[in-house]
Amino acid sequence: MSKAERIGGNVASYVDDRTGAAKWLRKNLTKVFPDHWSFMLGEIVLYSFIILLLSGTFLTFWFDPSQRDVIYQGSYEPLKNIEMSASYASTLHISFDVRGGLLMRQIHHWAALIFMAGMIAHLMRVFFTGAFRKPREANWLIGIGLVTLGIVEGFLGYSLPDDLLSGTGIRIAEAIIQALPVVGTYLSFFAFGGAFPGHVFIPRIFTVHVLLLPGIFLALITIHLMLVWYQKHTQYPGPGRTEKNVVGYPLMPIYMAKAGGFFFIVFGITAFLGAVASINPIWLYGPYNPGQISAGSQPDFYMGWLDGLVRMAPPIETHAFGHTISWNILIPGLIIPGVLFTLMALYPFIESWMTGDKSEHHLLDRPRNNPNRTALGAMSLAFMLVILINGGNDVIATHFDLTINQIMWFTRIGVLVIPPITFVIAKRICLSLQRADREKVLHGRETGRLVMLPHGEFIEVHEELTPAQKFTLTQHEQGTALEVPNVDTNGVLNPQGLKGKLRARFSQAHVEQISAPTETEAKALEGGHH
Amino acid sequence: MEIGKKLKKIKFSSGVKKLSRYRRHRFAGPALLVVALISLGATFQVASALPSTTKMETTAQSTLIEEGKRIFAQGCSSCHGLNAEGGGIAPSLIGVGAASVDFQVGTGRMPMADMSQQAMRKTPIYNAEQTAALAAYVASLAPGPDVINEAQLTYERDGNTAQGGELFRTNCAMCHNFAGQGGALTQGKYAPTLMGVDARHIYEAMITGPQSMPVFSDKTITPEEKLSIIKWIKAAENEPNLGGASLGRVGPVTEGLLVWSLGLGLLIGIAVWLTAKAR
Repeated sequence: MSKAERIGGNVASYVDDRTGAAKWLRKNLTKVFPDHWSFMLGEIVLYSFIILLLSGTFLTFWFDPSQRDVIYQGSYEPLKNIEMSASYASTLHISFDVRGGLLMRQIHHWAALIFMAGMIAHLMRVFFTGAFRKPREANWLIGIGLVTLGIVEGFLGYSLPDDLLSGTGIRIAEAIIQALPVVGTYLSFFAFGGAFPGHVFIPRIFTVHVLLLPGIFLALITIHLMLVWYQKHTQYPGPGRTEKNVVGYPLMPIYMAKAGGFFFIVFGITAFLGAVASINPIWLYGPYNPGQISAGSQPDFYMGWLDGLVRMAPPIETHAFGHTISWNILIPGLIIPGVLFTLMALYPFIESWMTGDKSEHHLLDRPRNNPNRTALGAMSLAFMLVILINGGNDVIATHFDLTINQIMWFTRIGVLVIPPITFVIAKRICLSLQRADREKVLHGRETGRLVMLPHGEFIEVHEELTPAQKFTLTQHEQGTALEVPNVDTNGVLNPQGLKGKLRARFSQAHVEQISAPTETEAKALEGGHH
Repeated sequence: MEIGKKLKKIKFSSGVKKLSRYRRHRFAGPALLVVALISLGATFQVASALPSTTKMETTAQSTLIEEGKRIFAQGCSSCHGLNAEGGGIAPSLIGVGAASVDFQVGTGRMPMADMSQQAMRKTPIYNAEQTAALAAYVASLAPGPDVINEAQLTYERDGNTAQGGELFRTNCAMCHNFAGQGGALTQGKYAPTLMGVDARHIYEAMITGPQSMPVFSDKTITPEEKLSIIKWIKAAENEPNLGGASLGRVGPVTEGLLVWSLGLGLLIGIAVWLTAKAR
């Protein structure tokens, strides 16, 4: 034993004697995680959050969150001697007079976009594979909370520099606050400390942006990960994988290396984007002035859908008892997003109510094997995409030689028509894929190799799947529709009422699938000519 | 050959002989006097006209107007009417001024290639002289804003970039975007990009208000302020992309596209590679 090993051993046993850490460490360092690229989407989010914390801290060293008026005297000529807020001037200072400041600003903003895009991608993975099912409903709820707060946090960060674009965004936020009936005006006065824009809003959102929300994020992310740790990671179905085990690699050393390496890759790609692609060039936007606006003012993409909804709303408002109710802002700005996010948060419970499925799930669904859920997800994405398109209608109009009115009408009609069509198409595609799986299991993989038999007949050689492949394609549950009695024991018709009927209908839709081949079917074909 | 030469000689000699024959004609004296008087008068006329060129210019101007009218009749009158009085599909040009013609024709917007939402900038069909002739003709119909000449475009000297930017954001950015990249208007109309437009044409657009654009008279925006706006536009045009690829300077839409395509695309690609089974 070398000297170093002896010292190391002594230190380790000293710590272990006092904390009992060795057993705990052995247990946790050998914890097994399943391997799949889609399980790394959440890691992208986690790492971009760390990048956000680091780059954001750097930015606070010079950022002055104040709306007091200053005359710009920095090195960007086209704004020299212009009156602006201290927060805008200090953002210009970071961009042009702090070494590496512009790069850090751009890294921070790109990391924010990757953070949001990664969260949405992660959410889609969790949804389409059914990872939110029992026992992970709580983690689903935390995830929805993180997405919602992420949108808010991103929007506040976008608002801080007090440039012409972000000021426009705050103006719209103010309009949405004011659209709340009765209390809206008061809330807006509280938030802005008087009339818009006032002098307190940016200092206030700065505290929220750098202290309150990151703190909540840190807490929620910790609970999110602890729950993953405690409940263990879900895994895709395959031979040897059951509801009771996890097949994968141990945390130490495989995942430590992979995840640690991946952190640097995420950092590298973010830094690469920050170095080569301009983002939020605030010096071009100019300082915020409520009397000014730029054509094509847009929020970042995670708010774009909301902007699109507001843009497509027909101008309807009512005046009653001395109050104006702006339905054109209230409905798209508050009611629809509220309904959407509530439905999304409650989906695990809605699905379990529809299917009557109360059992635990640690094996994931292949999206095709749950056609109804996949179609619902595709439908929601189609809805979001259509309204997102309307959020960028002006830029799309100028770049594709379209008229803004056509795009608006296309999306107004499309938002009602395209999602249901998407639902039907997605469901049919899932069922077709199931059919293809069934064919593959029964008749093997088409090799594309044509063989001419001695008597002149041509056949295509089918290659039989391995047992493991056959297992993967046939293991999924074949649900049965809920039985909702038409008449109860006392002879009362529809004892559960409309609710029961609805539930039966949903359940029926949910179990609609192509039956997986059974062993007897496979046996029957064996030896046959096919 | 020889015969031809001889014939010419005969003719020539006979002509000279004829003149010399009339030398002593009784009207020879008065005729010579008339010729002398006319040539003297003409010389005097030319000599006296030389110091002041107004008359000649007027002649030149009227030729220019004539030329403009001719081009107008050929290329413009089918829509704008034979006397520029306008018609069902095109407005009257009486009183729009030379500046308007110089802008519309000089940027290739007129003649319009197709009757779509609005005339677009394209390679001009008429050259500078023809454009000037058309402008002169339209200006001759009724007074209107004059063509901006190079001497008036002292924006490099008299303009203030920062002040121009402030004016631009107040008056222009709402349609032309914060960086002058253009933007959408209703029903397929649009505010075009201001990149690569001649300073003269920008100025003329401000004083004539082409298509959907309002007129910014010298009372709304003074000539010095107009020069500042032009200076800012030129500064924005020549500004290097300080933060890397500009992504079109249209705001967050292209940023979102890039993060979903390149950003997340690369990250997912690497995730697939990291989790690929070792073979």
